[in-house]
Amino acid sequence: MSAADFGGRGAGGMPNHGELGEEIFAAFDPRIVRRFLAFVKPYRWDVVRVLAAVVIFVGTQVSIPLAIRYAVDDALDRNGRVPYDVIILGFLALIIVNAVSSFFQERSAAILAQRVIFDLRRAMFVHLQHVAMSFYDRTHAGRIMSRIQGDVNSLQEFLETSVQSIGDSFLLVGIAVALIIMDWRLALLTLTSVPVLVVIRAMWLPWAKKVFRLARDASSIVNGTLAENISGVRTVQEAQRESFNLARFQERAFFSFRAQIRSAWAAQIMIPTVDILTGVAQAIVVIVGGASVMSGHLAVGVMIAFIFYVQRFFDPIRTLSLQYTVLQRAMAAGHRIFEVLDVPEQAADNRGAAELPRDFVPSVELRNVTFGYKPGVPVLHDLSFKVEPCQVVALVGQTGSGKTSVTALVHRFYEVWSGEVLVGGRNVKDIKRDSLGRAVAMVLQEPFLFSGTIFENIRYSSAAATRDEVIAAAKAVCAHEFIVKLPDGYDTDLEQRGQNLSIGQRQLLSFARALVADPKILILDEATASIDSFTEQSIQRALRVLMSGRTSIVIAHRLATVRDADNIVVLRDGVVAEQGNHESLLRQGGLYAGLCQRNYASFDDQDVRPLDIGNR
Amino acid sequence: MNKQAKQKIKSCARWLINKVGLDITLTDLQRTGTVDLRALPHVLSRIVARAGKHKTRLTLAIVATLGAAIVTLIIPHLLGVAVDQAHALLGAGNVHGAEARRALWATAIFLVVTATARGLLTMVSSYQCEWIGQKIAYDLRLEFFDKLQQLSFNYHDSVHSGDLITRGMLDLEGVRMFIENGVQKALTLGLLLVVGAYLMLRTDPLLAVLAFSFVPFVGWRALRTGLFLRLTWTRLQQRMSILTRTIEENLNGVRVVRAFAAEPHELSKFDECANEALAMSNHRIVVRTRAVSSMTFAFYLSMGLVLWIGGHRVIHGRISVGHLTQFLTFMTLLQMPVRQIIMIVNTAARAVASGSRLFEILDREPTIRDRPNASDLVITNGLLKFEDVGFAYESGHDDALKGVSFELRPGRVLGIVGAPGAGKSTLAHLIPRFYDVTAGRITIDGQDIRDVTLRSLRSAVSLVPQDVFLFASTIADNISYSHPQIEEEHLIESSATADIHNYVKDLPESYATILGERGVGLSGGQRQRMSIARGLVPRPTILVFDDATSAIDAATEQRVRTALRQFTDRQAVVIISHRISSLRHADEILVLDNGCVIERGTHRSLVAANGRYAALYAMQSEAAVVPARDMLAPYEKAAS
Repeated sequence: MSAADFGGRGAGGMPNHGELGEEIFAAFDPRIVRRFLAFVKPYRWDVVRVLAAVVIFVGTQVSIPLAIRYAVDDALDRNGRVPYDVIILGFLALIIVNAVSSFFQERSAAILAQRVIFDLRRAMFVHLQHVAMSFYDRTHAGRIMSRIQGDVNSLQEFLETSVQSIGDSFLLVGIAVALIIMDWRLALLTLTSVPVLVVIRAMWLPWAKKVFRLARDASSIVNGTLAENISGVRTVQEAQRESFNLARFQERAFFSFRAQIRSAWAAQIMIPTVDILTGVAQAIVVIVGGASVMSGHLAVGVMIAFIFYVQRFFDPIRTLSLQYTVLQRAMAAGHRIFEVLDVPEQAADNRGAAELPRDFVPSVELRNVTFGYKPGVPVLHDLSFKVEPCQVVALVGQTGSGKTSVTALVHRFYEVWSGEVLVGGRNVKDIKRDSLGRAVAMVLQEPFLFSGTIFENIRYSSAAATRDEVIAAAKAVCAHEFIVKLPDGYDTDLEQRGQNLSIGQRQLLSFARALVADPKILILDEATASIDSFTEQSIQRALRVLMSGRTSIVIAHRLATVRDADNIVVLRDGVVAEQGNHESLLRQGGLYAGLCQRNYASFDDQDVRPLDIGNR
Repeated sequence: MNKQAKQKIKSCARWLINKVGLDITLTDLQRTGTVDLRALPHVLSRIVARAGKHKTRLTLAIVATLGAAIVTLIIPHLLGVAVDQAHALLGAGNVHGAEARRALWATAIFLVVTATARGLLTMVSSYQCEWIGQKIAYDLRLEFFDKLQQLSFNYHDSVHSGDLITRGMLDLEGVRMFIENGVQKALTLGLLLVVGAYLMLRTDPLLAVLAFSFVPFVGWRALRTGLFLRLTWTRLQQRMSILTRTIEENLNGVRVVRAFAAEPHELSKFDECANEALAMSNHRIVVRTRAVSSMTFAFYLSMGLVLWIGGHRVIHGRISVGHLTQFLTFMTLLQMPVRQIIMIVNTAARAVASGSRLFEILDREPTIRDRPNASDLVITNGLLKFEDVGFAYESGHDDALKGVSFELRPGRVLGIVGAPGAGKSTLAHLIPRFYDVTAGRITIDGQDIRDVTLRSLRSAVSLVPQDVFLFASTIADNISYSHPQIEEEHLIESSATADIHNYVKDLPESYATILGERGVGLSGGQRQRMSIARGLVPRPTILVFDDATSAIDAATEQRVRTALRQFTDRQAVVIISHRISSLRHADEILVLDNGCVIERGTHRSLVAANGRYAALYAMQSEAAVVPARDMLAPYEKAAS
């Protein structure tokens, strides 16, 4: 038995759960069990079958020593009632049943556990597709991931071992019953060692848990330091921090080493305890049993069987008590998993919500919209403006002025507090979500690409799009040129979501993706990252192609984009400060004119509290 | 022999091979990197050699393991004796009651003593093995960390950082687990088998042979399944990581997913990955349970044989019941280790694969390091000179730089402009010697930078890189990264020059604010200004900005530039940018194209020359509102 078996340290200290501070052991909670059982329910007949196999398996396990005893007794009894070879044949049958049931119980149980785990993971994934957007604002994707993977895995560990522990419990009961049937006095005497073990473990556990926890935390700190140093190795070398960092790493690694050794010690201390108790129990059998044999109360075979059983008796106890920590961790994991499943879903469509007709008039209007992310802190105040069909509207304003919120509302990522958002003259709540999704496409500031080929990325969810359509879209946004230069053209795999492409190229691909989706309304958050002048020109050209014939709302960062807009809406603190085209706004000499002056070619990098240029 | 017959033999052989289960070919195992049989002796011996460094503990562990195994074997013997005693007494009809009882007591006490000894010895051997394993992991971890810091940029360019992190975490664990678990278990099993065989053979050769008849089958089966399981395990891991990636992308890209109403599409992607992973996982389960069940069956079968033949011998009075009990008890003892063989093989295979991945890095020598007689760089003046410098990332590839020459005196600014891929960044990285030139030479005050120590060179040169890497630590730690002991005054001076001080000082925790995932997020421009401050802290002789202001807005950049001018009046500055506004004030500007300098001069002369630079300038000015006039001028007045 190694320390790792105790489960307190995960896979040698890999941080399974994202947060160090999160509780890794939790108390038993029947509600979690009940909810979990709902996932097992579809497989209840499989469970019955597995349990049957377990019972048969344990039965054979318990019977094998009995059979041996019987055989030995028979061999000693010169005038045996049953021929010895027949007993051996019986033994053969027994071990065949044992092998078959062993295979069946282990296989079915493990597969069953896998199925349940995959179902659970799928349920989480499906749920996450429908949770309210505000959840993603508050929660880092890494934390959700650690629940979907880390916690689901701890649950899997529990499920797989729990089959074994069911078997162990049966085995324990089986052995106890067999002992009692054979000779109840001797049995009770032998079993007195069990409560002793239970008491010792109960005293050991709280201390050991603390030690394991410490080791686990120390190890994840070491791994975190290593990972950071690898990711930032260039900075390390630039700053000549090698020896300093090595010394610091050594300190942490040494601390972790000591913590691991302590936890090894905590785990190992239980080994002699169990062994000594086994020895004591066997000694009792020898003395008392031997005396009974001498006085003729006990057959020799029974004594042999007793010795065998005692040998086996302590293994299940040991594994069962290990199971306790696994159970606690599974409880904690289950708690966190159901927390994810309980995240409220996005608001449902209004009753009677319909699809947008194919030929709807693509206008967008915000009517007296008030909205915020935190209760009591509105971001948009009674905001109203209208975008006429096929117009381009540029939203301009400093960080925090509410530009992104406006676009998110058009897509109904959030629900307005008051007022209305109208698309095609209809309240977005009265439009079916997927229909709205098809009508309105969004290009984000940070172009987000998925793993897969370039072709798959451009086509994305428009499964019906042909290769020709994809190529045509790429050509239209000036992406074709660089795509065909890549090693496999459109079939080039994007490494790490396109990190092998420049940001400008990724931007062009996300334009092509929007073009293939062919929405009537386009929402575009212009990239802030500076793009070299050469790509910049392609992007400006692509933008014009993309926006032509569509109603477009652009969060603009570049003067070049803003200038060409039909209407410029300048937002400040969630209200429309100014509206009009480039020339008229410049003439007004207000906020917009100030922004233009301050930012030569872009509106970026405002510190959190920007200068109030408008009042200057 | 004709062809047909040959083919028939071949196909027969193949069938046979498949039948006996050699269907996993060595190439299969090697291709997936699960087991490298050629590396096996080499890697294992290196791992064992590391264990050998801890002689006392290792000896203690082996002796304890041996002792535990022997004691384990004594126990069945004792039980056999006890049974025989009881039986003999039974036969004798309870005549020597007291004597017999004394004998039983002696056996019982001896049982308790041996059980205690076994427990303590096992504990000692497990503890020592774990200690050695942890110590080896600790040493390897430090060596790995150190080596990665030493390896040059060209190595880090060629590997994925995620891969290195995996090696440093999981592969290290693989090696450790082998020392900790595999060695002890293998040792115990081996010793049990050898000593057991000796004792058994002495007692009854025929029964001994029968008792061990399962060993060849189980050994072969374990080896095969162990290797096969590693293969399926690796494949399962691959599928699981694809699944993880799919989920992760879905979460990170949730806005794209919803913007395109792509939930059904995402779900179908998920299902595809998940089903593949599930199928692989089920396959693995079946392989494992089949092996374990058949091995246990083989074991019980030989137990049955012992029982059968042994029983007959007892019937015919050739051996005592005690002997038979001894055999049977011994076999029960083997039951656990036998079940663990697959694990041992698996652990060893993993250790070999992991070990070879680790040693591959530890054996690598950094390409850039001090020459044998390198002396410290002596700065007399601070003159940087490129003499016909050429560079290629890999030999045989196109040159990234060709024949670049320039001279930069202290207090002067050199601007470098060019399209992406023209070689601007490459040039910047050559100055602190992150790469070595492949032609020509770079000198500082007449000393070839390859002849001076890296430490002195890099202290004199600061490179502010294009991509900012911030550590999950405080702002102060990040800025003073190169000089952690720096005085606060000095720190503030640097950050004020980079125009980040005003922002930082207004944060609730000022310079003690934690950055990173769970800390404050910074905008791209703020990150870059942080990085500039970091570059100023060491007070370098030569300062290189590699497109370090691309996300900073023009007005702020202007402020930074003015402050810098005061800061760097005695320093040589290289500014690389694709934005002309960033470098138009430079004393000399080089225009790079395809690694060659195609134009050089001041802003004024280059615009007048009407070449590539002038075209670029026109293109960038066109985006501005009023190209004819410097838009910054009015703002600068207002700000001051």
